Amino acid sequence: MATSAAKLLPKEEFILPGTRSCAACGLMLTYRHALKALNPGKTIVAVPASCMTVLHGVYPITPVKVICINNPFGATGAAASGIAAGLKALGHDDYTVLAFAGDGGTYDIGIQALSGALERGANFLYICYDNEGYMNTGTQRSSASPAGAITSTTPILAKLQHKKNMIGIIEAHRIPYIATASPAFPLDLFDKVRTAKSVHGSRYMEVHAPCPPGWGFPNKDLIKMGKLAIDSGIHVLYEIKDGVFKLTSRSLNLAEKGRKKSIAEYVKGQTRFRKINQDQIDYLQHFVDERWSEFVQRHHRTD
Amino acid sequence: MKEGKVQDFVITAVSKPSKGEAGKTGDWRSQTPVIDQDKCSQKESCLLCWLYCPDGVITREFPLEIDLEYCKGCGICAQECPRKAILMVDGRDPSCQ
Repeated sequence: MATSAAKLLPKEEFILPGTRSCAACGLMLTYRHALKALNPGKTIVAVPASCMTVLHGVYPITPVKVICINNPFGATGAAASGIAAGLKALGHDDYTVLAFAGDGGTYDIGIQALSGALERGANFLYICYDNEGYMNTGTQRSSASPAGAITSTTPILAKLQHKKNMIGIIEAHRIPYIATASPAFPLDLFDKVRTAKSVHGSRYMEVHAPCPPGWGFPNKDLIKMGKLAIDSGIHVLYEIKDGVFKLTSRSLNLAEKGRKKSIAEYVKGQTRFRKINQDQIDYLQHFVDERWSEFVQRHHRTD
Repeated sequence: MKEGKVQDFVITAVSKPSKGEAGKTGDWRSQTPVIDQDKCSQKESCLLCWLYCPDGVITREFPLEIDLEYCKGCGICAQECPRKAILMVDGRDPSCQ
């Protein structure tokens, strides 16, 4: 049963106010609701070098009321596997191991450790918060950045390549649960983390976390931008449970009603797309449309 | 193996949870949210400001209150309020206006 109202979410906050993260941080909103869905007293988080480390604070204080282990950039999958193995050896079955890495630590630097862990079927939930670049170090290009985006390492031509199909790679490992979510739809995110918590084995979630300083839009538009990403189909909300594909939440409504917004509308509000021309918009639109029709077909196939 | 708790013989740097890890983040604000309690629906079925606040500084009990000591002033609550009951006013402290 899907959570339908904000009042049904747990009241307790697990992130204490006064964190180091930017105002209107998409990651923080994601993390806030993910922790509500888990039981933070029985959760161990593995975090690589990223905006998450910044959020988790500088020794000797941390604003997050959860056990967390900081690990090297490329080792999130390995660290989480080790924690899961340790808990199993000690007989602590009631703990959830949560790996929480950015797109750089998942798509690029962490893919080897993650792939290895998924192949072994290590018992953890991996959440990738995808802010489409190395935002912590100054907006460098990652393989998750969309085509047409200006980053500090693609300052003149903008990025030429499309985003990597990470979910496709993850799916090839045949793990029991894969989902995508967005902080603009916190109830859907909450439900998916709850579902993922109840599944045994490797679980992967990808959250599209808008980043106001990195993408170049006003802080107040965080939710608007997150919703626009779903409405334009640049990010699609779905879950794949034991190989069964289902569109969820807003993306399901879009597939039924078919009123998808254009990419031009999405790129308009972000300064990272300031140099995009009509050809590049068409290129991106074509990519998004093709992927969207694939998703809709898959959804109907498994209906 | 030594007897006793793990903490007694393993030396690691362990942080303790506390408020205000980055200081009073309310200092970052250039605009301050002010709630108009008459316009607010005061209903648990809404709570959108609470739901969308990344820092979780809005209370869930009515009348809603914002912890201005830590609110970073991003303005999401004002933007997302369906009744436009939250207004962003210039400055760090609304009482100085």
